[in-house]
Amino acid sequence: MGRFSFFGQGIPGVEPQDLRGKLIVIEGADGVGRSTQVWLLKQWLETKGHAVLATRMTRSDLAGKGLRQAKKGTTLGRVTMALFYATDFADRLEHEVIPALKAGFIVLTDRYIYTLIARALVRGIDADWLRDAYGFALMPDKVFYLRAEVDDLVTRVLQAGGFDYWESGMDLHLGDDMYDSFVAYQNRMRIQFDHMVDDYGFTLIDARRSIDAVFADLKEQMSALLYAPSAATGDATGRSRPALNGAPVHASMAPRSRQSHLRSKPI
Amino acid sequence: MRPLRSSRLHDPHPYPGRLITVEGIDGSGKSTQLSLLRTWLESEGYAVVFSEWNSSPLVKKVTRRGKKKRSLTPMTFSLIHATDFADRTEHQIIPPLKAGSVVLADRYMYTAFARDVARGVERQWVRGLYQFAVRPTLAFYFRVGLDEAMKRLRAARAELKFYEAGADVVVADDLEESFRVFQGRIIAEYESMVDEFGLVVIDASLPVEEQQTRMRQVVAEKLAGAKRTGSKTWVDLASLARASQA
Repeated sequence: MGRFSFFGQGIPGVEPQDLRGKLIVIEGADGVGRSTQVWLLKQWLETKGHAVLATRMTRSDLAGKGLRQAKKGTTLGRVTMALFYATDFADRLEHEVIPALKAGFIVLTDRYIYTLIARALVRGIDADWLRDAYGFALMPDKVFYLRAEVDDLVTRVLQAGGFDYWESGMDLHLGDDMYDSFVAYQNRMRIQFDHMVDDYGFTLIDARRSIDAVFADLKEQMSALLYAPSAATGDATGRSRPALNGAPVHASMAPRSRQSHLRSKPI
Repeated sequence: MRPLRSSRLHDPHPYPGRLITVEGIDGSGKSTQLSLLRTWLESEGYAVVFSEWNSSPLVKKVTRRGKKKRSLTPMTFSLIHATDFADRTEHQIIPPLKAGSVVLADRYMYTAFARDVARGVERQWVRGLYQFAVRPTLAFYFRVGLDEAMKRLRAARAELKFYEAGADVVVADDLEESFRVFQGRIIAEYESMVDEFGLVVIDASLPVEEQQTRMRQVVAEKLAGAKRTGSKTWVDLASLARASQA
């Protein structure tokens, strides 16, 4: 066994060899359609007979309420916010994700440490400090990065109820109003995400396409991962990647998958 | 305040103020000593600001919730206390230090280094987490033996609490046994930090007055050039209050 590993030193009392399920991450900006795809994937996997836990990486039982209250105020410092998010993430990881993995579930998470890291990096937090801090996180089997143009996001976010203060990076004073700020902030976030594609072995999914086209892509990737690991694109085992700060072992993987998945590919 | 790669934990802080911290296990008498020091500093006209462990209004409720539901793991216990510490560093510690005040902290990052490691968290990881911390001008450690601390605590309160007894990580028959094992681990961590961080050791078995005298001597050496308010309003009011009671 020993299929799972941690990015760093791990969690006291948690043995990776006790974890049996799969950890699948859907990452991407606000409005890119992550939660829709998580929902579709969950239904699909369940009809195929898998036990699935769908979860989102904020609002834990422990810190969710406190974090929400803290974000309403304006006194939340940047380091404090980064640590508060890490606490929230750790609570969810230990009380929800890890028990499900122990029970052999496929865990689909709407966002993971990558969003938390990108948010902190955009706010000037030291990259090495963040990597070390998240050394307790489990390496996922697969990270699907749903990527769209910021222009596309704007319309979707407006349709879904408007701009959010934090998702627009209003604390950074990047623009005169929510729209300007949202565009500037999401562009910065995207730069951070694009940097992570190689470092963390993301699988790029072109999210400019229809919900169905994106879902078809995800299904194909998931099938490859679950039923024919050796035939999957790139690093199908998900375990050949090194820890966060090393160079990827499969250096050729990310560019290759980026190319193939950015192509519109109706199935 | 940005976490820096260079080890700020070992570099002197750049601010005009002074940061004085006290450490030690529960029952070591550190809070009494810090309170006596505060009275003295204020009577000498220094602008004093006080910051207590686990007191950030932003985070306190979350910690209380986790303790009450006993849902804190060694990892979240460590992270939530670091969050509290970051908030206080940004709001209660750095601004007064910039203004030239004497900041007194009852427990500091060394508490996390001792407790979290006693809970099984990796030593280097928790030190890394606190890279953003301001290094104290003086960090006192009140050294007390386990038996003595147990005796004092038993006299002072009716029952031990779950997390302070380390009952989340120690397998023991009862809370008292758990407390003993856990506090023993914490003492071992403190002892190893004396050299690592240059903690100033005070023998907490000495009479209260002797400990305070020693503390004031060490602090006085670090106060040259520190800002004084020039007003003794607080002390005057206090002495008036005492006089009226007499």
